[in-house]
Amino acid sequence: MTVTEPHPAVLASGYDVEQVRKDFPILSRTVHDNLPLVYLDSAATSQKPLAVLDAERTYYERHNANVHRGIHVLAEEATALYEATRDKIAAFIGATDRREVVFTKNSTEALNLVAYAMSNAETTGVEAARFRVGPGDEIVITEMEHHSNLVPWQMLARRTGATLRWIGLTDDGRLDLADLDSIINDRTKVVSMVHQSNILGTLNPVERIVARAREVGALTVLDGSQSVPHLPVDVTTLGVDFLAFTGHKMCAPTGVGVLWGRLELLEVMPPFLGGGEMIEVVTMEGSTYAPPPHRFEAGTPMISQVVGLGAAVDYLSALGMPAVAAHEHAITAYALDALASVPGLRIIGPPTAEARGGAISFVLTDDTGRNIHPHDVGQLLDERGIAVRVGHHCARPVCLRYGIPATTRASFHLYSTTAEVDALVEGLHGVRRFFSK
Amino acid sequence: MNLDSMYQEIILDHYRNPLHRGLRDPFDAEVHHVNPTCGDEVTLRVKVVDGVVEDVSYESEGCSISQASASVMSDLVIGKKVDDALELEREFLALMQSRGTAEGDEERLEDAVAFAGVSKYPARVKCALLSWMAWKDATAKAVDPAAAAASASVSATAPATPAALDVPEQEKP
Ligand SMILES: Cc1ncc(COP(=O)(O)O)c(C=O)c1O
Repeated sequence: MTVTEPHPAVLASGYDVEQVRKDFPILSRTVHDNLPLVYLDSAATSQKPLAVLDAERTYYERHNANVHRGIHVLAEEATALYEATRDKIAAFIGATDRREVVFTKNSTEALNLVAYAMSNAETTGVEAARFRVGPGDEIVITEMEHHSNLVPWQMLARRTGATLRWIGLTDDGRLDLADLDSIINDRTKVVSMVHQSNILGTLNPVERIVARAREVGALTVLDGSQSVPHLPVDVTTLGVDFLAFTGHKMCAPTGVGVLWGRLELLEVMPPFLGGGEMIEVVTMEGSTYAPPPHRFEAGTPMISQVVGLGAAVDYLSALGMPAVAAHEHAITAYALDALASVPGLRIIGPPTAEARGGAISFVLTDDTGRNIHPHDVGQLLDERGIAVRVGHHCARPVCLRYGIPATTRASFHLYSTTAEVDALVEGLHGVRRFFSK
Repeated sequence: MNLDSMYQEIILDHYRNPLHRGLRDPFDAEVHHVNPTCGDEVTLRVKVVDGVVEDVSYESEGCSISQASASVMSDLVIGKKVDDALELEREFLALMQSRGTAEGDEERLEDAVAFAGVSKYPARVKCALLSWMAWKDATAKAVDPAAAAASASVSATAPATPAALDVPEQEKP
């Protein structure tokens, strides 16, 4: 395993965000008429540091070959690079065994992989009994899930006749755990939940829910799409059975994600996609499957993206995830304070930075108290070079829960600055002036 | 880019004081269209008498562009022959798909030409079209309920109006 040198930005004193920003070429571009870009949409996707761009380019310039199936130099180099990322990911999330790391195309595929495996369990032997679901069984999610961790479970429930249940939300954007013991019960087969919400920002009390799921013998799946890129995440401490996350939100290219699963579970989990790479012995009559992780990596994988992901993990490790988390926590606290000074602005989600990440959703009214639609807010902010996201953020049930059609969301990452927050706040005052005139 | 070309004063006026808003009886067809990416929604009713658009009424939720467009659209088509109104719909659609290259015929489209600037913003074109698509759908149902039912699956997947994601109610423990 490679040991990464600390990033110069953290060597001297604390965390030098200006130094970090120099690694991201896109952050110095301008938009419209020479306005500096204020990128506050990292929850949708992060920007990429040069090291990641270079890694992908070098891979294609020097090492490109298909992995796992060649005996020539390039194939061996490509395979070594691809597999090195598996080691890096394992170390990054505290996994004890590299075989627990499965590459997927994104979080969505990782979550679907588990959901489909569960309905494929009928097609495999008794060893997959824990994955079987049917009528009378229950699947538990939460009301704050991204559609990627909601729709696959709705589909599983429809395929198998199981019942979908969910943990509701409190008015300030946290999970309402009052009925936890009845929602997660002896009929529960699987509990799947988001670690940190992409719309509310809430950091969920995973240990508490996992403890209850364990009591009843349910499998646990964690959607780490918004946590792994922003905080130190350790699968051993969290105690979950599966963790899904997506490369493009953690400074890596699009097209690569990860499903981490406990080895003893992956060893008996039925495959999802069949094809090359995932088999052991194939005859016309039938096939046996490769052990994990390859059982779940059918077909030629996204090799250059995996190499890019490895570079992203090195980049994040050099900064240190505790330092990244501390920086983002400070920005989030600063932003929550600053946004509170905008008249007519209401935060949708926890109002303080405690147990909360840097995705901040809000709604805004004009001087007369009339709602200014997020689409209009986003458009006017864009005119100032400020990139935010508007809509339901792939979590429509959250908007329904709070009785709003959509929100405006500003989200931060390791390169975000307080000056960008100031620009946002000034922009929002401008939006209110425009619609109040 | 000049934002004023999108947020024309005419558009802001219709947004602040929308015409024909509120659901009215009698009506021949009612539709509900949503724009799933941004959460804009419109419920729209149409009354057709002797081939003429007698009334269009609606309730809508959304951005200034979609709200203003519903107001402008209803004011334009009410009182027109259905065929003429459908022709206006085609002209408006062409204007919105022009990516800023067309101005629109003010004689015919009246206030709707103010949306020409919106056509430069691909993400907002759907907003301007939402109520028009809803009106077209409702009118088809009003004019020929049987044919409309047969093509229902097609209109539900049309790009401007994909079907809403259906989210079940919480099952009570
Ligand atoms: C919480 C959460 N889950 C899942 C996803 C899906 O990620 P991807 O689109 O990369 O599969 C996202 C990103 O949009 C997310 O924020």
